[in-house]
Amino acid sequence: MLKVENLDVWFGDLPERVHAVRQASFSVAAGESFGLVGESGSGKSTILRAITGLAGGWSGRIEVAGEAVSGRHRSRAFHKTVQMVFQDPYASLHPRHSVDRVLSETLHLQGMDQIDARITRLLDSVGLGRGFRFRYPHQLSGGQRQRVAIARALAAEPRLLLLDEPTSALDVSVQAEILNLLSDLRKDRGLTFVMVSHDLAVVAHMCDRLAVMRGGEVVEQMAAPVLRSGQAHSAYARDLLAASSSYRRESA
Amino acid sequence: MSDPLLSIRDLRVSFPTRSGLFQAVRGVSFDLGRERLGVVGESGSGKSMTGRAILGLVRPPGKVTAERMDLGGQSILNLPESKMRALRGARISMVMQDPKFSLNPVMTVGQQIMESYRLHSGQGGRAARDKALDMLRAVQIRDPERVFDAYPHEVSGGMGQRIMIAMMLAPDPEILIADEPTSALDVSVRNEVLRIMDKLVTERGMGLIFISHDLNLVAQFCDRVLIMYAGQVVEELAAKDLHNARHPYTQGLLNSLPRLDHQVDRLAVLQRQDSWRDQTPPLRSGA
Repeated sequence: MLKVENLDVWFGDLPERVHAVRQASFSVAAGESFGLVGESGSGKSTILRAITGLAGGWSGRIEVAGEAVSGRHRSRAFHKTVQMVFQDPYASLHPRHSVDRVLSETLHLQGMDQIDARITRLLDSVGLGRGFRFRYPHQLSGGQRQRVAIARALAAEPRLLLLDEPTSALDVSVQAEILNLLSDLRKDRGLTFVMVSHDLAVVAHMCDRLAVMRGGEVVEQMAAPVLRSGQAHSAYARDLLAASSSYRRESA
Repeated sequence: MSDPLLSIRDLRVSFPTRSGLFQAVRGVSFDLGRERLGVVGESGSGKSMTGRAILGLVRPPGKVTAERMDLGGQSILNLPESKMRALRGARISMVMQDPKFSLNPVMTVGQQIMESYRLHSGQGGRAARDKALDMLRAVQIRDPERVFDAYPHEVSGGMGQRIMIAMMLAPDPEILIADEPTSALDVSVRNEVLRIMDKLVTERGMGLIFISHDLNLVAQFCDRVLIMYAGQVVEELAAKDLHNARHPYTQGLLNSLPRLDHQVDRLAVLQRQDSWRDQTPPLRSGA
């Protein structure tokens, strides 16, 4: 479904060029859920942005559903296959567009028919009732906004969803609801996920396999059960796991 | 705990809104000794507002009332701003969530620490400079001379947060209120910042109020935990007993977290109950 080979991503021009990603390679099979974990600045979100054409300069090879993409332009077909959900539902929805407008505009852009019926179905599928259709973002809670953002991503009926920290701006109880929703959608629609998160427990819960990143490089790839059992090969991955699962007091 | 640093009874914070009075904090009571007290809850539970009320940072038209709010035996409830200024920083300090928004972007780090210290101690510039460098060393900044002359945008998030802590601790306060001090930080830096605060509590005998949404972190870091829901404390327990929590809300929060050591198909979803809003007094165990 997705193949990334020797991906380099950089920002700015020489001599002040910053390399955000170096020689990253991984592939994700159809129907699989793949995680990218690492600390801030490790390049995990930048990879997603490069795939969708939002990142500056990049080199290497990105293949989506068997087709290589190039530069920053993405075809109409690409957007029908790949959609992205962003971290901050407070920033990713237009404050003066109602839910109805957000979804109908997206559906229209994707060249869909029966827009009215589709909006109703989309809202149902993300667990928002019809009553939410004419609300504005400020009338929604963070969790409800993220549901709208997910509905918008689903409008194109994509096969690959790129999830950039979809729950890190939310409370834990709301996070549980959104993660359950995403799992259900993946099962029902046979979606492929690439999920970026700094939260190892969230990635272990949601993903089959994952890559640990550090300073723009993929340090290690492993299956989720390996992460759970603490049998990562690289010292960095083990350190990250230890740091995120506990804080130990030095003083008694 | 015979002699609490801070004693609060029936603290209430309310804001008038178009649809009537909104009560953000509805009768919170606790004592703080020389300990690490965790305050946990979801967004909107009133935990930050409790911290702000203690520091007198609730702006009008917000109203703060309490039966008692004593710092070392003296009432600090609704003090005039001039008196509050003398307390704030000197005796109670606060570290906010995001260093990017709480440091002055056009002043060097050193100047900012010196300013807060000189204001409260009345010391001269030379002494303040030495103190600032000492404080930077105390929060384990390796190259204090360089950081002293740096601007906030030139330091990383973790370093920014350590600078905030250095600044807050320069006047040697009795109480530090830390509002989500590590939520914006990476795990490796987070543990470093926690270790610094931990050491300061144990070595200086400071009282720490640690406000966080992260139950597991609080359980590991604090001595005692208050769990807040809808402006009230619904449960109080010793941190080590967190996993034996009795309140369904606390249990619900714990269960809704994905865990590395325990795989589940679906995460448990919190079913909120109206009765949680009106349950007083809080459940207590072990504390």
